[in-house]
Amino acid sequence: MDYFLTEQQCMMRELAKKIADEKIKPVAAHYDETEEFAWPIMKILADSDLFGVYIPEQYGGLGGGITDMCVVTEELSRACGGIALGYAGTGLGTIPILLYGSEEQKKKFLPDIARGKRLAAFCLTEAEAGSDAGSMKTTAKKDGDHYILNGTKQWITNAGEAEVYTVIAITDKAKGTRGASAFIVEKGTKGMDFGKKEKKMGIRASATREVIFTDCRVPASNLISKEGMGFIVALKTLDNSRPGVAAQAVGIAQGALDHAVEYSRTRVQFGQPISGFQAIQHMLADMGTQVEAARALVYATARLVDSGAKSVSKESAMAKLFASETAMKVTTDAVQIFGGYGYMRDYPVEKLMRDAKITQIYEGTSQVQRNVIASNMIKESLKK
Amino acid sequence: MADSITIFLDKCTGCTLCVKACPFGAIHMANKKAVIDMAVCTLCGACVEACKFRAIELKKTAGGKKDLSKYKDVWVFCEQKQGVIQSISYELLGEGKKLAGELGVKLCAVILGSGIESKIGELSARGADKIYFVDHPALKSYQDDPYTEVLVKLAEEYFPEIILCGATTIGRSLVSRVAVRINAGLTADCTALDIDKKERLLLQTRPAFGGNIMATIITPNHRPQMATVRHKVMKEAGTFSSNKAEVVRKSYPEAVLSSRTRLLDVVKEIEETVNLAEADIIVSGGRGLGGPENFSVIKELAKVLNAAVGASRAAVDSDWIPYSHQVGQTGKTVCPRLYIACGISGQIQHLIGMQSSDIIVAINKDPDAPIFKIATYGIVGDVLQVVPALTKEFKRILNK
Amino acid sequence: MRQKFIMNIIVCIKQVPNTTDVRIDPLTNTLIREGVESVINPFDAYAIEEAVRLKERLGGKVTALTMGPPQAENALKEAISLGCDEAVLVSDRKFAGSDTWATSYTLSAAIKKLGAFDVIICGKQASDGDTAQVGPGISAHLNIPQVTYVKKIEQISAASAKVERMTEEGYDIVETPLPCLFTVVKEINTPRLPSMRGMMKAKSVKVTKWTADDIEADPRLLGLDGSPTRVVKIFTPAPRKGGEILNGDTADIARELAELLKDAVI
Repeated sequence: MDYFLTEQQCMMRELAKKIADEKIKPVAAHYDETEEFAWPIMKILADSDLFGVYIPEQYGGLGGGITDMCVVTEELSRACGGIALGYAGTGLGTIPILLYGSEEQKKKFLPDIARGKRLAAFCLTEAEAGSDAGSMKTTAKKDGDHYILNGTKQWITNAGEAEVYTVIAITDKAKGTRGASAFIVEKGTKGMDFGKKEKKMGIRASATREVIFTDCRVPASNLISKEGMGFIVALKTLDNSRPGVAAQAVGIAQGALDHAVEYSRTRVQFGQPISGFQAIQHMLADMGTQVEAARALVYATARLVDSGAKSVSKESAMAKLFASETAMKVTTDAVQIFGGYGYMRDYPVEKLMRDAKITQIYEGTSQVQRNVIASNMIKESLKK
Repeated sequence: MADSITIFLDKCTGCTLCVKACPFGAIHMANKKAVIDMAVCTLCGACVEACKFRAIELKKTAGGKKDLSKYKDVWVFCEQKQGVIQSISYELLGEGKKLAGELGVKLCAVILGSGIESKIGELSARGADKIYFVDHPALKSYQDDPYTEVLVKLAEEYFPEIILCGATTIGRSLVSRVAVRINAGLTADCTALDIDKKERLLLQTRPAFGGNIMATIITPNHRPQMATVRHKVMKEAGTFSSNKAEVVRKSYPEAVLSSRTRLLDVVKEIEETVNLAEADIIVSGGRGLGGPENFSVIKELAKVLNAAVGASRAAVDSDWIPYSHQVGQTGKTVCPRLYIACGISGQIQHLIGMQSSDIIVAINKDPDAPIFKIATYGIVGDVLQVVPALTKEFKRILNK
Repeated sequence: MRQKFIMNIIVCIKQVPNTTDVRIDPLTNTLIREGVESVINPFDAYAIEEAVRLKERLGGKVTALTMGPPQAENALKEAISLGCDEAVLVSDRKFAGSDTWATSYTLSAAIKKLGAFDVIICGKQASDGDTAQVGPGISAHLNIPQVTYVKKIEQISAASAKVERMTEEGYDIVETPLPCLFTVVKEINTPRLPSMRGMMKAKSVKVTKWTADDIEADPRLLGLDGSPTRVVKIFTPAPRKGGEILNGDTADIARELAELLKDAVI
């Protein structure tokens, strides 16, 4: 289906697809096995200018928006959702600076990120604060022209590999939802350490670690926006980044669908390719329709975000919810179509099913997304 | 002086056979009739042969043919490295003798070098009637400038009708420049050479489009007719120990032998196994091996057979073995007596590199692998089982 | 003030059918051309990469040059997206039927028109013709030194270059004055993928187009008339037939095969 992308977006998609097919596909299984971080792929993405697609031109980017980031993320995820996360996770970590950063902060941090020279990471989640982000315990205490950060962030994508971290920490517990602030912390800052790499079910090529702050002194000039803006920065960031996660889910689903269709054509049982059986055809039809519906919702939402719409929470949540549920269903069905072979690690689909699961969990679980959607719907209904 | 090609529209039935026959895509259909795009057509005549209705006529104008009668003899440029004549030269002398015989002319060897007096005897013994011999320190190692100058001067003085040269890194560099300088026709990598006695033409046949088709090429109006031939395509010349060639010793002034480029060093890269391009037996591994560690199975068999180790592009791209072992379109072309392909599916790009092997053995677990279509002997099975079993059997047979 | 040496590099490329796609139709025994896309000759990708690397190393300008039909412009645009600065297409019906002699003559005429240059880089050979003759032909027409099969450019400056030339046994180290021509092999580098900026530039760049008259070429030396060689026949090679499939258990097959190959291996 044609989503009427601009010429530049089409170029991006073409280039991302080329990188996915020629550079990522051949090594996806290897990185899934070794769980190393795919730095060679990050370098190729950097040289291709793709890291900067959503960053304004004056900071060295190509001046596109979330739609552009989704286009690239989807294509890369078709080849490997884990490797794609090096790219997409950087987007997530950069959005706070893009949305709320000062001119100086943008000038200081965005150019290197746009060039792919430095990766980024977003630090919100803690051991006791997942869906309930409000009960986070990491603190930032003002001390002269510095803030001292203490606490541990958990399950941070790109942690240890990225150099730019946007961190949400409590500056005034008494103020409740107005008591957190957002900071930019650079790797190498004294008092900032990383935990061991987590062993995950899927997206194994993505580096997931704890980020541990022990009396970490961060310059006050690294405070994003004002004190107390932390949760707003976080929520707005997630509203903007959720289409990206959704795009990753669509990419994974499409990859699984492509494998399933090809396999069904070549697998012969009972004297014919299984693609001849209605049972399989109906599965494929449903999978194909769901993926296209998810994609349509993702790009409609991305466009809405790029149009500067004031409120995008509901739509973002819908896109992320629907795309991730679709990815889980489609990858599971793909394994089913492969039958016994689908269960074997020599075949690519079991990895896709393992990769898809996380999209229903991170950046807000499907349950949180439903909360967001419902509360927005009710609010709208009240307004009428 | 132009040849021309015409389609007789009244005879054309629009069957499109000519469209498919044209290797250059020069024909398309318009209003159900064939139309030739003259910007692309090379007048090769493939469409003429393909047309069942004789609707295409290729007119070759006979006029304007130059008088080429003063060009005589078949020359073979004999490549030597560090005083050792390369075996390709003997293959060319073998082929050259055949061609010279058909034309009723002499077979002449051309050799440049330094301190190569003893080569005269070797070349005589391989059937050369005449040897053009240039011995000078400046010619010790190949350099483009002096070798080109000397060969040009020899050709301009003695008017050979044919010059053959090995399609080696030296040969291809050299004759490409010489051909431009003396306005000669040059055909590379010929797999077959024949003589059209009536026209006194060298018919040069070579593969094109990655080996999918063969083309026969002639040089009708220019002399000499130059061709390069790859290693191991032709048979080596026999020995004629009593033959004594006439030796023409030439010397040239320093200016002719000067070189703009300078050779600073010659570096040999030691191959622990037999050189792939020269090997008589090659054992090759592909994606079917499953992993780099399984190349040990290939190397074992190769060691027992005193064979070279080859690889498919898939294995090289996966970093299982260095590129120097790659056989195929983008790797080396080999022509061994025996080629054992293990876990190689036989994509066209690989076949191009090895399909002229005398005997091909294919081992692959996929019975539909394309390699079985050209294998002399095929085994459908697990490479990791079959190859060690073979190694064991050969060890027994060869008493190793 | 020391003037920085700006290197003027010319890369000669060719658009070829993607030979990995080219197949023979088993029914008609002819080449299947439908659906075969045109690509930059694979070896030229290495030439372009090396030229762009030299530019990045030393500063300068890279001009991509090709002789071909009008659609060869796409290959030039791709070259721009890979880092070349300018592109020239030499196209004329008069070039039809050129063999390597006429092709190298035409390209050398175009290069003369481009003006002064420091280095010409060509891929080792084109994947459709496979002759490897055009590069050396150009250097002969222009009477400049050449080094073929270059696998590494160790040093290069305004006056000279030191390079590694691949041989069958290893490599030679050769020094050459500039201007000169190199033909390069795959070992020399790993070609990059295009960048977004490159692709955007390719969209907007204007390709210079020259005809036979523009390059002031001698018409007697062009196209079919200027080509000493002539194709007289095209045929499909007799396909190599498959032999026999050996059956049985591994040990038996191995024994049988070893017996069959006994003469070949001794």
